[in-house]
Amino acid sequence: MSIRSSSGPNDKDLVIFATKEDHAVPSTVTLPEPEPSPGLILSNGDINWNCPCLGGMATGPCGVQFREAFSCFHYSEAEPKGSDCYEAFSTMQECMTKYPTLYNRENNDDDESDPMKFENMEEAGRSSEQSANENLEKSVAKN
Amino acid sequence: MAILNSRSVEIVRPSADCLRPAPWLQLIVRVNCFQKEIAMLFRAIRSAARADRLCWSTRPPHSHPGWQRFYAATYKKKGPADPVNSSRKTSDLFRAKTSQDITSIASPISLKIVQVRSSSSQNTSHAKPPSVPSATFSSNSSNEKPPEKSNLLRNIIYGLVIAAASLGGVYYFDVLGGNKDDSKKRKPKSEAETRKSRPIIRNPISRDAFPEKMQYVLIGGGTASFAAFRAIKSKDPTAKVLVISAEDSIPYMRPPLSKEIWQQKDLPPADILSFRQWNGQERSLFYEPADFYMNINELGSSENGGVAVATGWRVSRIEPLTSTVFLKDPTTDEEFPIEYNKCLIATGSMPKNLPVFEKVWDAVSSQTILYRNIRDLENLWYQIQNAKSIAIVGGGFLGSELACSLGRKYMPDKKVFQMFKEPGNMGRVLPEYLSKWTTNKVIEEGVTVIPDVEVQVVQKVNNQVLMKLSDDSIVNADVVVVAVGSEPCTQLAEPSYLEVEPNIGGFLVNAELEARSNLYVAGDAACFYDPILGRRRVEHHDHAVVSGRLAGENMAGSMKPYKHQSMFWSDLGPDVGYEAIGIIDADLPTVSVFTKDSESGKKQLEERSDEKKSDNIQKETVPEVLSSPSEISSISVSEKEEKTEMKSNSDQDYSKGIIFYLKDDTVVGIVLWNVFNRMHIARQVLTQRKKYADLNELAKLFNLHEE
Repeated sequence: MSIRSSSGPNDKDLVIFATKEDHAVPSTVTLPEPEPSPGLILSNGDINWNCPCLGGMATGPCGVQFREAFSCFHYSEAEPKGSDCYEAFSTMQECMTKYPTLYNRENNDDDESDPMKFENMEEAGRSSEQSANENLEKSVAKN
Repeated sequence: MAILNSRSVEIVRPSADCLRPAPWLQLIVRVNCFQKEIAMLFRAIRSAARADRLCWSTRPPHSHPGWQRFYAATYKKKGPADPVNSSRKTSDLFRAKTSQDITSIASPISLKIVQVRSSSSQNTSHAKPPSVPSATFSSNSSNEKPPEKSNLLRNIIYGLVIAAASLGGVYYFDVLGGNKDDSKKRKPKSEAETRKSRPIIRNPISRDAFPEKMQYVLIGGGTASFAAFRAIKSKDPTAKVLVISAEDSIPYMRPPLSKEIWQQKDLPPADILSFRQWNGQERSLFYEPADFYMNINELGSSENGGVAVATGWRVSRIEPLTSTVFLKDPTTDEEFPIEYNKCLIATGSMPKNLPVFEKVWDAVSSQTILYRNIRDLENLWYQIQNAKSIAIVGGGFLGSELACSLGRKYMPDKKVFQMFKEPGNMGRVLPEYLSKWTTNKVIEEGVTVIPDVEVQVVQKVNNQVLMKLSDDSIVNADVVVVAVGSEPCTQLAEPSYLEVEPNIGGFLVNAELEARSNLYVAGDAACFYDPILGRRRVEHHDHAVVSGRLAGENMAGSMKPYKHQSMFWSDLGPDVGYEAIGIIDADLPTVSVFTKDSESGKKQLEERSDEKKSDNIQKETVPEVLSSPSEISSISVSEKEEKTEMKSNSDQDYSKGIIFYLKDDTVVGIVLWNVFNRMHIARQVLTQRKKYADLNELAKLFNLHEE
């Protein structure tokens, strides 16, 4: 049983206290599927350079070299994958040695060994639409 | 994927010619040796990528299991956790004999090694070497997180990779003597005066360093600008971007200035400011370290483009017709032009002052701070050292957050006052009952809160600022912070013939953030058209990120309207943390759903049935009844009754719930009160623009009772 009360000027603020049992009854409201936002790889197979997951890698001083190396790797058909990209990798590496503090810091931010990190990234301020999908599916499924 | 074989041990101790202070990618010296590892690492990026990570948000994911521990550690009455002590862990790293030992220690980060070396020679809170502007060191102080089984493999891989990078770093810094200045001791106290009064550093020094033409010109060096140039460079990899900032720092994030920064014991020098994130990791205040940015002289000829930041320079006007910005040369006071292809105005906002203070500004300005940027932080920090009492005028986001941070840090040695004209903290944002509940929480942080008052007279008496309040009480403080809101920096509008919105303020732009052809505005200064919520202006961090990114994308060729709704958040101590989206205004009618556990729910029902004033309250057994306030039978509420209602409401537990703000019965804003990871649902609700019969039904979608 939920309890309702109102307060404030002209009773404009309604407060409802709901118990877990109240909310166990499935909702009569449904929300539509959200549009999935792209991750690193777009639906057509291209790389999304705008992905926040890359941090500053694709936009920094060695951004162009990083893109070439990563693109080469992404489209590589060799076995194992990426073995035909040596040139691109070493150009990128050469560039990165010129900015040791920058790419060390990138390293730290990206590879914090916090095991929960990747799951948590979904939870930080802006969650991925994919997880949004999952959550919505969960709630819709409950109905 | 397990690589715990003899080969992996080699990664841990790479051979001499592999050693660089290398990012993980650089471990791959010879591709033919480490192909599998490359593949794994890239797979790792991709899986990380799917979790659309926003690197700039300092927002803690509250449901993270480490969160409670972090709060327990940081918010213990004894005081904030000390990052310096965590350096003990690194010595363990050296003693590790097998790769397994290393992974079990977890999260060593190479720059930490530097700290160990210098901290052995002194015991003060040492500063990181200045050539490493954003040293991040892991604070894995302790007993944290044994990796969960499902992530064990991933953890091991990263542990190995990072261990290798760390050892590579050790070799470089320790043996090859990478860093020069690590022996310099920084004593914050002795630096107090110099830091307060140092002049603004102009870089470049002379106007001759500026090019005559520049592809992208961004006016303002804050969050919106940063988001914009990142979007520009993503879309246009060889773009040349010039950022012109009147401040003398490279772009940094503001939210920690009223929260996390105050959890440290000492303040590091301005160029290497950092704070401890929710997950225990030290993080630089700056979005990118100094060497990310190119020298302005090199920008023109750089074939891959780059981003240069000119600090300490102002733009005096813009000529949209000729696509030119004019800068003021401070030495000659003359204007000089820079032609642009695309220009962004991201000038942000500046704090407002109160007339009562302005009247006596000459006398009190040295002790009164309009808090906004890094200089204000330094000013406040050092003034507080010698102060016995601090007063904060203003009860909004900044005032309340700062009051909580200062109360937590300095009470009981120093007194912290907060005074404002609303009846409760966040009085213009939260409905009254919740604002009052929050005020009690602020008081619990040690702050002396004085609501319902205005400052009527300000005087300087005996080196203190004396404030006479409208309730005839007097507050004396050594330092005063005025946090009464901010106004957008639109000084460029008049000389540039740009339109400004008279009521909301800010440069007028369309939904694509364009003011004129090739001229965009983002962040606090933009009064933009939001297709869902109408024309508005938003002064929050995430909006700066979202609008900056949108403007950047549009500058680089897209033509997208404002669509992704930005959010904001605030934390007031360990019990109050909320996220919000849309129009959040206390004047709007609200409907809130708070969680109640079943036991106390029944008890309350019994109590209520005995009350005489039960006319205002309905017991709902079926949740389908229309819930608009007019439907609830109520006798006209006299003031006295209202007060009784409020009193009983303050016994209520508003610790977790959701608040819907309504305009014409449509949900236009949502506050998630101590409820996290549901912002995407809130965002969905907003875009629907529907009128819901029962908002309790809508609230069910948020699963409030779950973590």
